[in-house]
Amino acid sequence: MFDWKWDFVWEILPRLLVATGNTLLAAGAGYAIALVLGLVFALAQRTPYRALTFVVREFVEFIRSTPLLLQIFFVFYVGPQFGLRLSPWTSGMIAIGLHYACYLSEVYRGGIESVPRGQWEAATALNMTITQKYRRVIIPQAIPTALSGMGNYLVGILKDTPMLSVIGVAELIHVANSIGSEHYRFLEPITMVGIIFLAISLPAAGLIRLFEGRVRRKLGL
Amino acid sequence: MLDHTGFPLEITGETTPMVSFRKVRKSYGALTVLKNLDLDIAEGEMVSIIGPSGSGKTTVLRMLMTLEQIDDGVIYVDGQPLTHMPKQGRLVRANERHLRNRRADIGMCFQHFNLFPHMTALENCMEGPVQVLGLSKAEARDRSEELLELVGMISKKDQRPSRLSGGQQQRVAIARALAMRPKVMLFDEVTSALDPEVIGEVTNVIRKLVSEHNLTMLMVTHQMGFARDISDRVCFFYGGKIEEQGPPAELFGNPQRERTQQFLSAVREAV
Repeated sequence: MFDWKWDFVWEILPRLLVATGNTLLAAGAGYAIALVLGLVFALAQRTPYRALTFVVREFVEFIRSTPLLLQIFFVFYVGPQFGLRLSPWTSGMIAIGLHYACYLSEVYRGGIESVPRGQWEAATALNMTITQKYRRVIIPQAIPTALSGMGNYLVGILKDTPMLSVIGVAELIHVANSIGSEHYRFLEPITMVGIIFLAISLPAAGLIRLFEGRVRRKLGL
Repeated sequence: MLDHTGFPLEITGETTPMVSFRKVRKSYGALTVLKNLDLDIAEGEMVSIIGPSGSGKTTVLRMLMTLEQIDDGVIYVDGQPLTHMPKQGRLVRANERHLRNRRADIGMCFQHFNLFPHMTALENCMEGPVQVLGLSKAEARDRSEELLELVGMISKKDQRPSRLSGGQQQRVAIARALAMRPKVMLFDEVTSALDPEVIGEVTNVIRKLVSEHNLTMLMVTHQMGFARDISDRVCFFYGGKIEEQGPPAELFGNPQRERTQQFLSAVREAV
């Protein structure tokens, strides 16, 4: 039943490791986009401009209620109809970055709302500008609350990078699938991908928890 | 010069009050918390506000700190309108820029201290001077350490608020507000959240400010004895207006209005 071939494993390992690099790059770049854009979305919903708040909130809801796969297809295949011809990598990063930005914006929002009103009032009493209030008082206190959610989505984005294989990004699943089709052997490549994902996710989750604790202590909370 | 609604664009003259509420009205939805409040506070005066809960006492301070918008009337600080700004000979509602200019004269301490938990006592005091006033770190540190010394908290300057007792936190909060060099200090029930045995350490700091500094102070308090001791004037609020006001000896010793008498006797019974 099982005829696991170690020499095949060693043969395909270099290709899988290159693909692992791509997976990490995709997850890292997507997450970086999501971190920044998510904060923009979260803050945009807290401005006094009702129309802006409404548009951003509806957009976030829309993205969160539709599948990531659909969004990837949309950017890659429908984009060109509007003259937006993007490479698989670029489309993938836009789609996955936007998708997770919407989730992260909710995490940030929760963090910001967890800061007591008295902190805003103390900042006003010190005559701070709105930027100073966020930068010096609110965001430093929102981060510890937001961190666990942010960590979850880091692992989440890593596990969602295989979706990019459908538009031809050479990440792990894509490469494993190609290897399988070339050699008519799927057992080793697919199993290896599983092990590689596990080997990244588990330590990542542990590191995030460690980091969370350190930040909390550093902020004295 | 008067605005079309009859409010002066600025208050001038030798007896310009440090704070002036003119026909100020405030409501939350259908509930009117302050109706037509007129209150002048002279430079260097210490005014205490007492009264039952829901009488609008705290709202007076919050409006002056611009934490609440007023619905009607104008508040002046040092002769200049705070809640409004002159524009082509009339007063219009203040924008954020005007508020930031005028708010610099006012400092406030809160019932629940509201220290920044991610900063030490010293950093809490330095934050405003460095970020808002643009002082150098060294200047801000000197100023903050001097004030922490004044409130007796210099030995705890590197502690985070979570390591301090309520009374200690409140003293740091007073130092933090003073570090901005306000002309007017507001104390909003600053001892209400404290254990009885540490109330004295906070009231002693306020006593010291009264006797040694020429600050204008407005204090909401439930401590009648303290208000009687240190105030130049006591205002008794009832139902959104000043029911009675006067020097503490008169207001506490010989209250004229029935509501004042009822309130004071109720408070005495509770002690």
